[in-house]
Amino acid sequence: MTEQRVSLTLDSTLETVDSAEQAASRIATEAGFGDEEIMQISMAVREAAVNAVLHGNAYDPEKKVKLEFENTGKELVITIKDQGKGLDPAKIPDPLAPENLLKTSGRGIFLIRSFMDEVQIQPSHTGTEIKLIKHVPGTSGAGKEASQ
Amino acid sequence: MSMKTSTRQVDGVTIVDCSGRITLGEGSVILRDQVRDLLSKGQKKILLNLGEVTYIDSSGIGELVSAFTTVRNQGGELKLLNLTKKVHDLLQITKLYTVFDVKDDEAAAVKAFK
Repeated sequence: MTEQRVSLTLDSTLETVDSAEQAASRIATEAGFGDEEIMQISMAVREAAVNAVLHGNAYDPEKKVKLEFENTGKELVITIKDQGKGLDPAKIPDPLAPENLLKTSGRGIFLIRSFMDEVQIQPSHTGTEIKLIKHVPGTSGAGKEASQ
Repeated sequence: MSMKTSTRQVDGVTIVDCSGRITLGEGSVILRDQVRDLLSKGQKKILLNLGEVTYIDSSGIGELVSAFTTVRNQGGELKLLNLTKKVHDLLQITKLYTVFDVKDDEAAAVKAFK
């Protein structure tokens, strides 16, 4: 397994969402993850990219989404940054609350947290940066419970 | 693979065979338009066969919820058939598995409509 870093700068379009998902799937495969984890990682990245394109940059053609993958050998660290107004994670309603179960949106961050080992959301007035971490199987970091 | 749907009638129930990806954009729109079209024709007993759905994201989940509530609000019923493991797991962790009426046998599902 070789350490690697891949950086992409993408437009605020739906195609970016698909591109991010595909890149995540490819890099997770190369990092040695199994099928289930590859699906989880690619879906988490897809959801983060959706948030960046729709809610962060609001499809603004002047704004970009920066996507970075870093395989340290022990963990895959994925950073997605938009140029929006900043997402306040404290204001995201719990999608599992009975009153929210039948809402048609609001599950993206929940799914990301469900699928990744660590999730850090850093909002600022220049955009939101979300860092997703998955421990590479067979390393000392693997097998830990997800931190919520 | 993009989303595709086809419909057939069995004992007064419209079965919508779905295949591909139900995701933000085209996939979700196709499902939404299909359900709206059926409702406009008065077909309110809808069985969504998701056996060939390979992928669904949070937007797709939202579209399923929207279809469910839209049909119900018009006095109809919408059930799900043949969930793949991926879709099953997603509905479990989002606590929607118990909200939807999920079936794995088509004949039994058709009979379950009132």
